[in-house]
Amino acid sequence: MFDPGKNALSAFCIYLGQVGLLAWETLCSIAAGRIRWRLVLRQIAMIGYGSQLVVVVTGAFTGAVFTAQAYFQFASLNMETAVGPVVTLAMFRELGPVLTGLMVAGRVGAAMSAEIGTMKVTQQLDALRALAVHPVDYLVVPRALAMFISMPLLVVECVGCGVLAAYFVAVRVLDVEAAYFVANMVKFTEASDIAMALIKGFFFAGVIVFISCREGLYAREGAVGVGRATTESVVTCSLAILIANFFLTMFLNILFPAGAR
Amino acid sequence: MSGALLSVRDLRTSIGTQEILRGFNLEVHRGETLVLLGKSGGGKSVFLRHLIGLMKPDAGEILFEGRDIVPLTERQLEPVRRKIGMLFQDGALFDSMTVAENVSFPLQERGERNPAVIKAKVTESLDLVNMGGHDKKMPVNLSGGMRKRVALARAIISTPQVVLYDEPTAGLDPIVSDSINRLIRRLQSQLHVTSIVVTHDMTSCFHIADRVALLNEGKCYFLGTPAELRAENDPVVRDFVDGRSQGDES
Repeated sequence: MFDPGKNALSAFCIYLGQVGLLAWETLCSIAAGRIRWRLVLRQIAMIGYGSQLVVVVTGAFTGAVFTAQAYFQFASLNMETAVGPVVTLAMFRELGPVLTGLMVAGRVGAAMSAEIGTMKVTQQLDALRALAVHPVDYLVVPRALAMFISMPLLVVECVGCGVLAAYFVAVRVLDVEAAYFVANMVKFTEASDIAMALIKGFFFAGVIVFISCREGLYAREGAVGVGRATTESVVTCSLAILIANFFLTMFLNILFPAGAR
Repeated sequence: MSGALLSVRDLRTSIGTQEILRGFNLEVHRGETLVLLGKSGGGKSVFLRHLIGLMKPDAGEILFEGRDIVPLTERQLEPVRRKIGMLFQDGALFDSMTVAENVSFPLQERGERNPAVIKAKVTESLDLVNMGGHDKKMPVNLSGGMRKRVALARAIISTPQVVLYDEPTAGLDPIVSDSINRLIRRLQSQLHVTSIVVTHDMTSCFHIADRVALLNEGKCYFLGTPAELRAENDPVVRDFVDGRSQGDES
């Protein structure tokens, strides 16, 4: 008898298995040295260089608007100078990695799914296999390495732009004292906050690349299938980032306790 | 011709609930051109995909040089695939690469790094398929026949022992079809490759075949020379050779 709940659960388990297997195959290929550095560099250019605008704009305007909102609340308590550390910590620990992840999932993850999906439905993946080239080695490994290298750097860039925008809005627009803003920011921001941002960025890189490549590799039914794969890639990556972020935060807070300063 | 290079034994495969191959048996000899005929959707391309490990059968054996390739993993299949070239029905050229990059791809993937050697081999392969001078074009700017010829150049550049052709003349005009047929013959005479050609083009079949197999209802219904095919009186074979639908009496 058809059981929709059981069916959805088994589909979810199969999906997780496929993503996990793809990640495992990719790590095995990397460990075995099956790396095409020329393709890795091309992907770094596409992911890293190509994402500059979205990451800078996202980071800067998130920092700016968060600063303004924090200022409006803190000003009533005469705590304007607390804006600096609040915004910086939020950017490092949460907003920077998550927003960068969502932006890169939308821009790069969608492109990965569309490109690999098109190759799948036009038999180009079969041609690769027929030419004795493993699709994981040729398509997934370069993208995974490029993502693992680029994402932490993009997160740092996003946070940096957010903090600079926060400084500009707080000091130049809202007349917060620059010395106090910087002093408090430096006092309350630690290396562990930066580590948290980098770890999250690295983890989200894996989430985006393996989900997006899985969607492309399993695309079916021509142009409609590629469109579906691209949409599902963005939606699934975004949801996975938001859900994983909660568990990562809880776990990383054990390693880097927020209140232990 | 000497000995069986490829032996297919009791091959069975299904797609969904539909049984495509129902105990298919065939031997392909070294150096011959074997044409596999059959109705559209009858499982010819599926059979071809099994020969290079792109699909796994439900049961049966595919012996290449005496070794069963069915249980091999994707990685274990790579040495086998290096000995087999495949021409896909639509060419399956990599659309982000130029013609020259497509053709040189197998060489580069097999470790060839000398640009002069790569260029010489690409030029040689493209000349062989009469596509010299088109090396900088993108696949999207090529006609169907040109794409197939470039795909053929890519399939043969690393001098495989076997070339599999999936409908090499489908959708092409008679003149381009004839040039592809001549090319297949030329490859056999010049490079001594074993060819397995899936088609339902009878003109092409009689032009290139050393032997002909007819796939019907998932089994090898007929196997013989083109002359034997012409002389065959079996109604199923005759319907196919004469291009008659069942029940057509005129």
